Amino acid sequence: MSAITVTVNGIEHRLEVEPRVLLVDMIRTRLGLTGTHIGCDTSNCGACTVLLEGEPVKSCTMLAVQADGRRLTTVEGLARGSELHPVQVGFHEEHGLQCGFCTPGMMLVAAALLERNPNPTPEQIRWAISGNLCRCTGYVNIVKAIQHAARLRADAAQPVAAGGAS
Amino acid sequence: MFPGSFDYRAPTTLDEATTVLSERGEEAKVLAGGQSLIPLLKLRLASPALLVDIGRIPGLDRIELRDGGLTIGARVRHADLERDRRLATTFALLAETAPWVSDPLVRNLGTVGGSLCHADPAGDWGSVMLALGAELVLRSRAGERVVQASSFFVAPFEPALRPDELLTEIRIPAPRGRSAGTYLKLERKVGDFATVGVALQLEMTDGHVARCGIGLTAVAPTNREATEAGAALVGKELTDEAIAKAAQLAAAAADPRDDIRGPADYKRDVVRVFVQRGLRTLRRSLEEARS
Ligand SMILES: Cc1cc2nc3c(=O)[nH]c(=O)nc-3n(C[C@H](O)[C@H](O)[C@H](O)COP(=O)(O)OP(=O)(O)OC[C@H]3O[C@@H](n4cnc5c(N)ncnc54)[C@H](O)[C@@H]3O)c2cc1C
Ligand code: FES
Ligand code: FES
Repeated sequence: MSAITVTVNGIEHRLEVEPRVLLVDMIRTRLGLTGTHIGCDTSNCGACTVLLEGEPVKSCTMLAVQADGRRLTTVEGLARGSELHPVQVGFHEEHGLQCGFCTPGMMLVAAALLERNPNPTPEQIRWAISGNLCRCTGYVNIVKAIQHAARLRADAAQPVAAGGAS
Repeated sequence: MFPGSFDYRAPTTLDEATTVLSERGEEAKVLAGGQSLIPLLKLRLASPALLVDIGRIPGLDRIELRDGGLTIGARVRHADLERDRRLATTFALLAETAPWVSDPLVRNLGTVGGSLCHADPAGDWGSVMLALGAELVLRSRAGERVVQASSFFVAPFEPALRPDELLTEIRIPAPRGRSAGTYLKLERKVGDFATVGVALQLEMTDGHVARCGIGLTAVAPTNREATEAGAALVGKELTDEAIAKAAQLAAAAADPRDDIRGPADYKRDVVRVFVQRGLRTLRRSLEEARS
């Protein structure tokens, strides 16, 4: 057993894990955060995407011990209390999902993309989500959802004009 | 799917790592980005008794420009080369290849060094290092040795690496004269391994080819350098005829197999087309850079 410390969605956890435990299993079964999905289990679909130090990675292809001392974000960490993340609002308002299986991974990739590139082109969005498979939407609404999220972020960053509606 | 049980060590110095490998190298596997090794462990195609995780050793993640050449630490990720703006001019071949390697999520963990040590004939970086004439620095308790990329890929998934050795860095020599490089890759879908890949590095002095490195991906039992094709261009002007001849020689150097990605003669002809197309593109970009 190895003793590890990981910070997940801002909360520090100290755990004892067998070295062969995959990060996705630690997240789902030890921390009970089941928003991180297991799709292919073979590094091909991106359903298990989490953010490692802000960068999207496949948690089915990483050991929990490799995350020792690191900061992780899962889909549960996107919202601030009851306030949804712009990406979540985008997926909601632009119907960026159908069954929802790929959605946690898609939203985390989108959130990381917008941190790096606040105003991506549809082409750049498509490249960014190219490691995440969706069996339902045909991707069109996912791209729209991420563009919408980019606009929401930009609007939130703009100071409200003097005399504008409050 | 779970890997079988193994011991796990995460040394924090190179000395500690090589000591562990000198004691238990035969039963151990080095873990870098894990993007090839962990799938193998999960499928139980590999069941090492010990994993030596090099993720905690400082300094292995550096990219350094030195005397016109480049040093890439063994743990530099695909994503690091994709993002390093300094590479766009002198080492365009590296910057251009990175986005072709697997998908953005894998690129955030997978390393260039891991890719070379995995020695997959369909790996992209092996061909690139052949084209660039790179040297690999291998470290063990006994000391350091330097191996040319051209003698590193022994057989499929078999690098010239002893069980007690670690790859620490990749050294790329300074290009001669004016240089340009490009990577051409045919894949079935985004993120796929190559059906065929061709890495080209062209170096020109006084309008003549000083060196032309041609690396082939997925068309031989290992990444393979089309040595004769490159040598045939040296000292020549880059005419259409010279390019066509080199493209033919490169196709002849390929030894592809029929598989789900296509029949052998098709792949061989893609090599010819890619070398021809790539060299013309490089000729044009060097002419444009001059004017
Ligand atoms: C879905 C998917 C798609 C992919 N597509 C491509 C692709 O299109 N092109 C491509 O080139 N690759 C592709 N890959 C492979 C990917 O590039 C891997 O990152 C790479 O092959 C291995 O690098 P790693 O750092 O993950 O190494 P690991 O998986 O950690 O290790 C790989 C092997 O190298 C050894 N090793 C690693 N580092 C060292 C070292 N410093 N010294 C000694 N031995 C070492 C390990 O012991 C192991 O045997 C893909 C992978 C996946 C999961
Ligand atoms: S479950 Fe991890 S990539 Fe599919
Ligand atoms: S919404 Fe069903 S997989 Fe994407």
